[in-house]
Amino acid sequence: MKSDTNSPVLQVTDLHYRYQQKKVLEAVNLTLAAGKFYALLGPNGAGKSTLFSLICRLLSTEDGQISLQGQQLNKSPSSVMQSMGIVFQQSTLDLDLSVAQNLLYHASLHGIKRKVALQRIQIELSRFELQDRQHEKVRTLNGGHRRRVEIARALLHQPALLLLDEASVGLDIATRQSINKYIRQLCEDEKITVLSSTHQIDEISPEDNLIILHQGKVRLDAPCQQALTEQGCSDVASLYQKMTQGQLS
Amino acid sequence: MIKYWYCFNGIIKREMLRFLQQKARLVSAIVRPLLWLVVFAAGFRAALGIAIIPPYQTYITYDVYIVPGLAGIILLFNGLQSSLSMVYDREMGSMKVLLTSPMPRPFLLISKLLAGACISIIQVYVFFAIAWVLGIKMTLMGYLLAFPALLLTALMLGALGLFLSSRIKQLENFAGVMNFVVFPMFFLSSALYPLWKMRESNEVLYWISQYNPFTHGVELIRFALYETANFNAMIITLVTAVVLSALAIWGYDPKRSMQKVRTKI
Repeated sequence: MKSDTNSPVLQVTDLHYRYQQKKVLEAVNLTLAAGKFYALLGPNGAGKSTLFSLICRLLSTEDGQISLQGQQLNKSPSSVMQSMGIVFQQSTLDLDLSVAQNLLYHASLHGIKRKVALQRIQIELSRFELQDRQHEKVRTLNGGHRRRVEIARALLHQPALLLLDEASVGLDIATRQSINKYIRQLCEDEKITVLSSTHQIDEISPEDNLIILHQGKVRLDAPCQQALTEQGCSDVASLYQKMTQGQLS
Repeated sequence: MIKYWYCFNGIIKREMLRFLQQKARLVSAIVRPLLWLVVFAAGFRAALGIAIIPPYQTYITYDVYIVPGLAGIILLFNGLQSSLSMVYDREMGSMKVLLTSPMPRPFLLISKLLAGACISIIQVYVFFAIAWVLGIKMTLMGYLLAFPALLLTALMLGALGLFLSSRIKQLENFAGVMNFVVFPMFFLSSALYPLWKMRESNEVLYWISQYNPFTHGVELIRFALYETANFNAMIITLVTAVVLSALAIWGYDPKRSMQKVRTKI
C-alpha cells in the first residue's frame, strides 16, 4: 500500500462536524503527502480526536469529504480502511492474549491469510525489537512495549497512512524518543504518511509538517521551519501560543 | 470472499481463546443450571408433576422437564455476558479494533454473534453431558437435532445482547439489564414451568410469557431434543433473531450510535 510520493495520501475537504448544537469542526481542509510526518497540535477540545474519529470512521458526517489515495471514505469505506493504520490514545490491545495472538487477530480483521500474517508479524516484531516477547501476554508488558506492539499492529496490513492519536501519552522520555525515532524512520524507509496528534511540543522536529487546530478550525498547515520563519517565532512553543492565542496545550 | 473467511476465522479464534482463558466463566455457566437441576428440581420434583404435553409422550419428572429450559438459560446468560464483554471492550477501547476493520460492519457483528453462539453451544453440550451422567438422557438424534435449535436461540439471545450493548453507555448500567431483561425473560417463560400452570394462576402473566421470544427459543430446543419440529417456535425465534440483529447493526452504525458516545471514543 505504498504511495506515490507526489500524489496526496489523505485529503480532507471542507469537513464540518457538529455535536448536538456545538460546532466541533468547521471547514477543515487538509492535504497530506506521501512519506511525510505531520504533527497535529491543538489544545484540549480543539477537535483533534473528533477529526481522528471521522478519518477512521468511528464517527460519520455527510458534511465534507475524506479521501485516502483518491478513494472516498463514505463511498469505499473498506478500501480506505484497508490503507489506514491507527494507534489510539487509549490502549486497545487484548490484555489476556499474547502479543502474537493480538497481532494475528488484527491481521484476520484485515482479511490477511494466517501464513502471510505470521511472516509479517515476525518482520514487525523484529523492527520493534519485540521478537522475544511475542508469546508473552500483553498484560505483562510495560507501557512502552505495549505502545510498540500497537504500532507494529497498525503496520501489519501495510497501510499508506498511519494515524497516531496521542500515542506517546503516559510514556517516559526515553521511550517517547525511541518510539519517535521508529516512526520517523518509517516515513523515510516505507514512505508511510504519519498524522500524529500530540501535546508534546518537544517531539516536533523542524523537518516536520505542522497542523494547528484550534476551536475546530485549522489555524496553521505548513512545514514547521517555514511556519516559524513566516510567523517570526523562535520555536514551536511560541508559534503554538501565537496560533492559539496563548492557550496552553 | 476468502478474506471474509480469514476474518470470520480470526474472530471465532479470538473468542475461543478468551473463553478458554476464563475458566471461571465456563464453571459458573455450568454450575448455575446444575444448581437448578440438582437442587431446585429435587425440591420441586414432588410438588410439580408434569402432565403429558407435547413433545412428551408420557408423564415426566420435573428435572426432565427443565433440562431444555436450563439449556436456554445457559444461552440467555451467555448472550448477555457477551454483551457485557462488548460494553467492557468499548470502555477499554478494544472495540475500536473491530470497528475500524475494513470488513463491513454488519459482517463483523454477525461474525461476533456467531462466535458467541458457538461458545454458548459448547457450554450447553457440556451441561447435557453432565445431565446425562445424572440420568437425564435424550437420544443421540435428539442431541444432534438440538444443534440447529440451540444455534438459532443462541443467535437470537446474542443479538439481543449485542443490541443492548449498543445502547448501554456505561458498564455500571449493566446491572439494570440483569434486573429488567434477564430475570423477567427467564421467569416469564416456559423454562421452569409449563405455561398452562402459569395460566391457572395468572392469565396476564401467561400471555406475557407467550409473547416472550425466550419461551419460543426454549420450546424449540425442547421439541428438537425429542426429535419433533415446532415450526411456530422456529419462525418466532428466527424472526426475533433477524429483527434483533438488524437493530444491533443499526445500533453500531457510525452515523447513529457513536455520536452519542463521543466521549468514549
